[in-house]
Amino acid sequence: MAGSEATGMSFLGDVATMLGRAPQKPGPRSDAAEIAHGRKRGKGMEVARLIEELASRPKVHTWRNRRWAVLIGVNLLFTLSYWVDVQLVEGSLTASRVVGFHLADVYSSFLVMLAQKHVAVNLVIGLVTVSLLWALVGGRAYCSWVCPYHLLAEWAESLHSWLAARGIVQDHPLHRGVRVVLWVVFAALALVTGHTLFLTLNPIGILSRAVVYGPSLALAWVLLLLVFEVVYARRAWCRYLCPIGLTYGAIGVAAPWRVVYQLDACAHEGECRKVCEVPHVLDLTIRGRATDVRMDVGPDCTRCGLCVDACPTESLRYEVKGLDALL
Amino acid sequence: MSPSDARPRKRKPRKRLSRQEQRRRSILRAGLIGAVLLLLQPLAFLPWARRARARLRPPGALDEARFLGACIKCGQCVQVCPVEAIELADLDEGFGVGVPFIDARAQACDFSCDALSCILACPTGALSHDLKTKEEVRCGLARVVRPDACRARRGEGFRGVARGEDFAGRLRYPSIDRWEAIPVREYPYDLPLCDLCVRECPIGDRALRLEPLPGAADDDPRRTPVVGEDCVGCGVCEMICPEEPSCIVVEARVQWQDPRRPA
Repeated sequence: MAGSEATGMSFLGDVATMLGRAPQKPGPRSDAAEIAHGRKRGKGMEVARLIEELASRPKVHTWRNRRWAVLIGVNLLFTLSYWVDVQLVEGSLTASRVVGFHLADVYSSFLVMLAQKHVAVNLVIGLVTVSLLWALVGGRAYCSWVCPYHLLAEWAESLHSWLAARGIVQDHPLHRGVRVVLWVVFAALALVTGHTLFLTLNPIGILSRAVVYGPSLALAWVLLLLVFEVVYARRAWCRYLCPIGLTYGAIGVAAPWRVVYQLDACAHEGECRKVCEVPHVLDLTIRGRATDVRMDVGPDCTRCGLCVDACPTESLRYEVKGLDALL
Repeated sequence: MSPSDARPRKRKPRKRLSRQEQRRRSILRAGLIGAVLLLLQPLAFLPWARRARARLRPPGALDEARFLGACIKCGQCVQVCPVEAIELADLDEGFGVGVPFIDARAQACDFSCDALSCILACPTGALSHDLKTKEEVRCGLARVVRPDACRARRGEGFRGVARGEDFAGRLRYPSIDRWEAIPVREYPYDLPLCDLCVRECPIGDRALRLEPLPGAADDDPRRTPVVGEDCVGCGVCEMICPEEPSCIVVEARVQWQDPRRPA
């Protein structure tokens, strides 16, 4: 019932998924998808062989390495700009100036304006610039390609997975809708109290300031979050809680740079969902789910590329929408 | 708890929960974690509510409550200050975390940027862009807190470096370099009567001056520092005072009042 609602409106369906709704049962398939799914019937043995083969295959980390290089590079640029005084990027991730031009984190700026009840021109310049950037590059690409917490959380996740495989810890999923609730409540609190309470606990701001200005007590809070993710809920902050991630996700709903899924070669063995930070966006890779032979991965995707690296059949790829048409 | 819970985890077959039960639990957990995050928020109010520390803020700071709310905690003011007077507060100051302050005794704002760079750098206006000159700044007000220790009040001179050889603070001495501050320890003094606070005040006579002690004889060499209405609260006097602790300190956000007029 709910599935038919999502068909023909898969874009809105994807947005609803980002806001916390569970991925819906698929609606009617396109003819091409019907044929592709049909071809896969009775190919269970082939998939079993593929999975066996995967175990012995060396892991690919092409995109992860590129991404880590960019993430560390961007954050180092902030540090070096201050310590070596090259003044390319002044400030930190909440607000900065790049060669004199204002940049500002969108949700942080929004909170400040709500708290202040005043629209600062520089902030508007900063947040519009940043919004344009991530509207093009793809919203939550900020998370995986820039955010320093993301990197630490990735390492914490490895630890969590290692411990979970040995039965020492267990993942406890949270309902993703809580992120929207927090987004609204933090904004309401800023408006009512006049204080940007979220920024006190914002691990991105804390880490970014630590990277630029040196370590602080506040890092204890970041550590606490990481420990929580290791022992209780995998990737809890990025997956279920962070209002900054949600903001960038919303900004990048129609971003041209995205991960695209191709049904034809997919073995549906699920390697991609295992590595994904936000696996609900990859529900379309489950056998029988895809309604078309080519589908965009939803806006909650951070474009981290782990699935692109992990996919044994190259069914998940980066793509710039419209670029093919241009070339 | 059933006895089976006592067995090692590895061997315990995990109970398959129904989809509905999984969903119910995920909502419960989300509610709980969300509530914990929100309940942590009032803690951020504590340091501010208790006014544990009245911090000296950079020039142009809005009034404290509005300033804390308007600051986006980016630290651009820290980066532009030529004497690195500005620091960022830590988590023990609640939602003042990441908000700039000045520890004047360690490094005062000596306006060696000439342009109120921190105000220009502030993207949110938490440091008010309405201020155009250093004379308009009102960070606080200097006050002689240890009159008995003050060398001028005792009629004593001062010889040597003001804060000792280990002091890292810097100050701009126009006679040496109009454009750049140098370490205070590289500028020894030889003064018959200590007037360091007055001498180095970047504002001048109407902010801080030496006056004869009230009722003293004409030939009495003793003088007392008097804070005037032009004091901007930059803290240079507090930084340069050679006594330990400083005889003169800036009280954050205090406004000047005519001492001859009852408040």
